[in-house]
Amino acid sequence: MSAQADAGFDPDRAYRCSPRVALRPEPFGALVYHFGTRRLSFLKTPQLVAVVSGLEQHDSVHAAIDAAAVDEAQRPAYLRALAGLATNGTIEERQ
Amino acid sequence: MKLVDHFQYGLNSPICLTWELTYACNLACVHCLSSSGRRDPRELTTAEAKGVIDELQRMQVFYVNIGGGEPTVRPDFWELLDYAVGHDVGVKFSTNGIKLDEKRAQQLAATDYVDVQISLDGATAEINDHVRGPGSYATAIRALENLAAAGFGQPKISVVMTRQNVDQLDEFATIADRFGAQLRITRLRPSGRGADVWDELHPTAAQQRQLYDWLVAHGDNVLTGDSFFHLSAYGEALPGLNLCGAGRVVCLIDPVGDVYACPFAIHENFLAGNVRSPGGFQQVWRQSELFTQLRQPQTGGACRSCGFYDSCQGGCMAAKFFTGLPLDGPDPECVRGFGEQALAAREADTLVPRSDVDHSRSARRNSRGPVPVQIGMPGRADGQQVRPDRACETSPLAGIPEDASDSRLRVPVAGG
Repeated sequence: MSAQADAGFDPDRAYRCSPRVALRPEPFGALVYHFGTRRLSFLKTPQLVAVVSGLEQHDSVHAAIDAAAVDEAQRPAYLRALAGLATNGTIEERQ
Repeated sequence: MKLVDHFQYGLNSPICLTWELTYACNLACVHCLSSSGRRDPRELTTAEAKGVIDELQRMQVFYVNIGGGEPTVRPDFWELLDYAVGHDVGVKFSTNGIKLDEKRAQQLAATDYVDVQISLDGATAEINDHVRGPGSYATAIRALENLAAAGFGQPKISVVMTRQNVDQLDEFATIADRFGAQLRITRLRPSGRGADVWDELHPTAAQQRQLYDWLVAHGDNVLTGDSFFHLSAYGEALPGLNLCGAGRVVCLIDPVGDVYACPFAIHENFLAGNVRSPGGFQQVWRQSELFTQLRQPQTGGACRSCGFYDSCQGGCMAAKFFTGLPLDGPDPECVRGFGEQALAAREADTLVPRSDVDHSRSARRNSRGPVPVQIGMPGRADGQQVRPDRACETSPLAGIPEDASDSRLRVPVAGG
């Protein structure tokens, strides 16, 4: 299932932070807790937190990255991180 | 900066919060880290405990490790468990299994966000009961059977590694498999009554190596918390937190609401505050002097010149403290042997600190020789007098243990 989700990650589509996930602000970024899987993970930069929290307001992942003013050179790294977050269920596609 | 470096400077809320609900326990394990046995009359009430849960929810502490004592002997334990889960605070509780009958096992199997951890310190009754007391192996196994029969998903089996059970690691893994459980192993610390038996029970240097090799080979599915980061100096870092989390990502709330830097550090030197004080737990976590200090960069002291300092970080604060070693020196179980040298070099008159919090039911063994006899009213090092244990107890002997090896309860001093 997770492999499918990963393969399905499409940054041109609209996503959101999972409603089963809580983000706790921390000096480095945020701590992520998934109430479904009970797993802890981390968003390691404040900008990644801004992207994840902003997904809901944008029509695509790319637009959320733009809105968070992520350095263009960093975009591939952010997309990789977001694909990972889609795999573990932190973010999900929204209809 | 790596994540672990951020952890050093502390987080807004703890990640690994241990909350001991009661000092009462049906067992009297020889190595009990909190010297539990008798309930403390000042333990948090049900309402106060719910207040703490509310605060944890506000602070986004997503789960707590509940222990004791034996937490399930608190009459309101199941009520508090439900309250926590209902307020987004998941619970993992440690138990010796005494209350986990078929009915409770079924109830737990039907509850989300609850993990159960059964303590077992020997893969055989002989080795377990030697440390945890007669019948305790059978109690733990029965609890595991009940959980398995109820379909409870993956309980944990928690093992304190000792000289007697390192050789049983494979057998523990077999027991875990038998019950669909996950194995968790932790380090024996010289904390609480553990100080009395540490010399005879802590793993030998060869066993530490054996343990490390076993973890490298089999550790992927074995939980260790931050127990064994001192072994990282053998080579590769082990899975788990390779850092002393005390006051940074870890802390303890004890049954009377005192907040300590870590579960193994019940001593006034590591007491940061109390959840009953104005500002509650949040203020203690975020602003206490002690925790602020623990979040300063550590210098490494005597270990700084050691090439392995980056991997072991000088080891466990509590292990050093309760063996009378300096906090900026090597861990007593330093894998390079510096701890053993430091232990051997202790002067005969080195004062090995003891916790002043002791709820043991009986006088205990004391391997460290006689304790000075106290005369007169118990006082504190700062000269303040201690309030009588209870209003009706004004005898000059109140609070003084019947036996010199059983130290007195620590009681708070108004305004102190």
